[in-house]
Amino acid sequence: MEEKIWRKAGLTDSEYELLTKHMGREPNTVELALYAQMWSEHCGYTHTRPLFKHFLTTGPRIVQGPGENAGIVDIDDDEVITFKLESHNHPSAIAPFQGAATGVGGIIRDILAMGAYPIASLNSLHFGHPGEHGHTRWLISEVIHGIGEYGNCVGVPTVGGEVRFSNAYKGNPLVNAMCVGFMKKSEIKKAIATGVGNSLMIVGNLTGRDGMGGASFASKDLEEENDEDRGAIQVGDPFMEKLLIEACLEVFEEDYVVGVQDMGAAGILSSSVETASKAGNGVEIDVALVPKREEAMRPEEVMISESQERMLLIVKKGMEDKVNKIFHKWDLHAVVIGHVTDDGMYRVLEDGVTVGEVPVWSLMDAPTYILDAVEPPHLKETMAFKNEQVAQPSDLNEVLVRLLGAPDICSKEWVYRQYDHRVQMNTVVKPGSDAAILRIKGRNKGIGLTMDSNGRYCYLNPRRGAQSIVAESARNQVVSGAEPIAITDGLNFGNPEKPEVYYQLEQSIIGISEACRALDTPVIGGNASLYNQTPEFGSIYPTPIIGMTGLVKSLDHVTTMEFKNEGDFVIIIGETKEELGASEYLDVIHNLVSGDVPELDLALERKAQDYVLDIIRKGLVKSAHDLGDGGLAVALAESCIAGELGANVSLDLDMRADALLFGESQTRFMLSADETSTDKIVELAAKQGLEAAVIGRVTKAKNIIIHNMDEKLIDISVDECGTAFSTGFDKLMKTDS
Amino acid sequence: MNWGVLLFPGSNCAEDCFHAVDKILGKPVKYLWHKDTDLGDVDAIIIPGGFSYGDHLRPGAIAHLSPAMTAVKEFAAGGGLVIGICNGFQILTESRMLPGSLLQNRGLKFLCQDQSLKVDNADTPFTSEYASGDVVGFPIAHNEGNYYAAPDTIAEMEANGQILFRYCSPDGEVSEGTNPNGSINSIAGIINRTGNVVGMMPHPERSADSVLGLSDGKGVFVSMLKHLEAKHG
Repeated sequence: MEEKIWRKAGLTDSEYELLTKHMGREPNTVELALYAQMWSEHCGYTHTRPLFKHFLTTGPRIVQGPGENAGIVDIDDDEVITFKLESHNHPSAIAPFQGAATGVGGIIRDILAMGAYPIASLNSLHFGHPGEHGHTRWLISEVIHGIGEYGNCVGVPTVGGEVRFSNAYKGNPLVNAMCVGFMKKSEIKKAIATGVGNSLMIVGNLTGRDGMGGASFASKDLEEENDEDRGAIQVGDPFMEKLLIEACLEVFEEDYVVGVQDMGAAGILSSSVETASKAGNGVEIDVALVPKREEAMRPEEVMISESQERMLLIVKKGMEDKVNKIFHKWDLHAVVIGHVTDDGMYRVLEDGVTVGEVPVWSLMDAPTYILDAVEPPHLKETMAFKNEQVAQPSDLNEVLVRLLGAPDICSKEWVYRQYDHRVQMNTVVKPGSDAAILRIKGRNKGIGLTMDSNGRYCYLNPRRGAQSIVAESARNQVVSGAEPIAITDGLNFGNPEKPEVYYQLEQSIIGISEACRALDTPVIGGNASLYNQTPEFGSIYPTPIIGMTGLVKSLDHVTTMEFKNEGDFVIIIGETKEELGASEYLDVIHNLVSGDVPELDLALERKAQDYVLDIIRKGLVKSAHDLGDGGLAVALAESCIAGELGANVSLDLDMRADALLFGESQTRFMLSADETSTDKIVELAAKQGLEAAVIGRVTKAKNIIIHNMDEKLIDISVDECGTAFSTGFDKLMKTDS
Repeated sequence: MNWGVLLFPGSNCAEDCFHAVDKILGKPVKYLWHKDTDLGDVDAIIIPGGFSYGDHLRPGAIAHLSPAMTAVKEFAAGGGLVIGICNGFQILTESRMLPGSLLQNRGLKFLCQDQSLKVDNADTPFTSEYASGDVVGFPIAHNEGNYYAAPDTIAEMEANGQILFRYCSPDGEVSEGTNPNGSINSIAGIINRTGNVVGMMPHPERSADSVLGLSDGKGVFVSMLKHLEAKHG
């Protein structure tokens, strides 16, 4: 080729050289487009694939690990759940409503493609500080509106997740959506194109020019001039998605379909290549057969369009009419666009004439890169942080109130009341708790669902930060009565070609992997979103997001955070250390993102979690809450606010009051129990060699009183705390600046 | 004693209503398809919530033109029990089987929350399990639940006891402060003049299964069942 047009397509010179070697000739424009999409980070995981080898991906409950549309775990009784998360960061930065909406739609289709009924959505959102910038508040409103509009219409409850804030995300917000599906083991579908002669059928929406090149758009830095990439943003139609779900599941009940794949990034191309590659077959697709909503689309445009609400079905030869009949019932069409071949070639035709032809394997064989990793220079300074660098505020009541109203901690009811979180009638524990709990209809069991992250932790210590997130996710499951089963990970990072970003990526993956091994929660799939940086604001915090599922073996085990009865004892499991580093307290009160992430002993974590789950299953625990952001005082206040009760507690620890109250020492739980159970809880903890301190009691008087070594540190009304907590977000969104 | 749940493209609470009749009441129930002109042998019809036809044009505007709604009107004219929940309520007002309209919520946002309701008239086939003045908890989840009707219509409905439920505080206070969506007179659910067609924005089916921590809604279905049993001997 005369000009280096591959560069414009996003391929490097060496990648171009490699693909011409694979093909034995130079590609035409159609073929070049195929490689450019399939070899992008988004489709080809070029930078992350070599790191995935660290992950534990198998286990007794793992039915399907990475490699399908979503992973699958066994929840007993021949029933399984399938789940995955996906990022939609760049689209949401530019068109937040549609970007977020289509993120929800895309991940729902991944779940549908497994043959499952989508039963829950969660999302993890990261924005700049809402109190500082009108544009940020607009992004927040639009993203949440988009998620709600799509999820509500499609009838999948949005049951949980998180919304976190830091100006590290000011130019590049993060929108990661997770979906969970339920099915019987016998209903599992795979993304595979077996059976030479079988038909490729496209179902759902018409194909247009929307979402053109979305996969490669997601694989480069977000820059101002990317406004030109607006064409790379798709438009969602949740009504169509709802029809697709109903129609597909009806088709799946019959024996017509051998394989299913969602059309996500890189549309028809990626979905068909992946199914063919898995079967070791070839495919042939005629772009003229694809139903379009725009005229004069070039073949490569048809192949890589990311028009939403489309699925690819691999249908048994001769069954096409029967499939189409079911889609007709739902006023949809299923159209044959090609078929499975035996020659291993990926062939694109236009009106019967071949316009592109490359080996299937070569499209799946994206080159991988192991880059230089260099410790980010800021770590030298932040690791050297000493608690003495900050003065302890005199009014600790005020600190508590400020923390309760801080963006990361305050109630997100403003957000989740815009989401239908009850449709489908399975939501036992709704948003706002440590974990959402769904029942499984017809059984006395349920599942726990969480999504957690902490970009600040990973910025200050990528490896231990990532470990901490997995540990916290599992704690959130355990305190809710669920046994952690498995995770899906969303790897949101900056540009990996920068050595310090690659270091963060590598260390975070190692950290996730170590924690998952210690806690027996294999990684069954995930998503990587790199290049999250803008020229103006730089890289985001390294932000691995952990979506975890757990099994609630009996609904009797479901436990929530709020205090239940006056007179119950308040118990802290785990050791409180003098740790201020990386805390929400340092960030909010001292405006300081520094220090090391609190210590974490994964073996101890495992032991403590097993113990807490055991005492919950024994029925000894009335309330349980993870000690996380804001530490002990915030957790105590949250349990009081939710239970509309007070607490009077006394500690006996020789340390700074702020560290004791707001430090974020890991592996800690706050429980409440009646007197008899409390004795047993303490006794069982001693047997395990775990610290269990009975620190006080739940009171009818709605005050939070905390003493340490006979000094009163906190004495404040629950109502004042409650107001700060419940109005915090509203206030931030109404800021006038 | 057969129940029917009317299914439109985009209905998303049909399974929930089906579950409430099938599993909570333990009574026979089937889906009715929007293209059907003959609804078959049913004694009560539930028009479920959701986004029929994607709420295109406006909620319920297309659904009310479907063949099945003609049959539903005939069924109601013959005295059959019909209850429209959420989008079902919107479809019933669009089809003029119930007076008034449902406008966008006052706060201009979708609102999903557990909501206290005051039972205003317990002397109907849909509310006999309650006592007038009872405070019950049903979830709401809607964007267009702001009930409006002309002042003389409202006056007439009030006089006739056609208001079944009003939004209220947990201790039963009905005021603008406890009105989540701006509905006139805090109206959450109404009944037609002849007393056999109900529309309500809150979801009784979602509070019919005690495992979900809410059980007040079961009363609506039990009331209907008792009425049907009495009618059929």
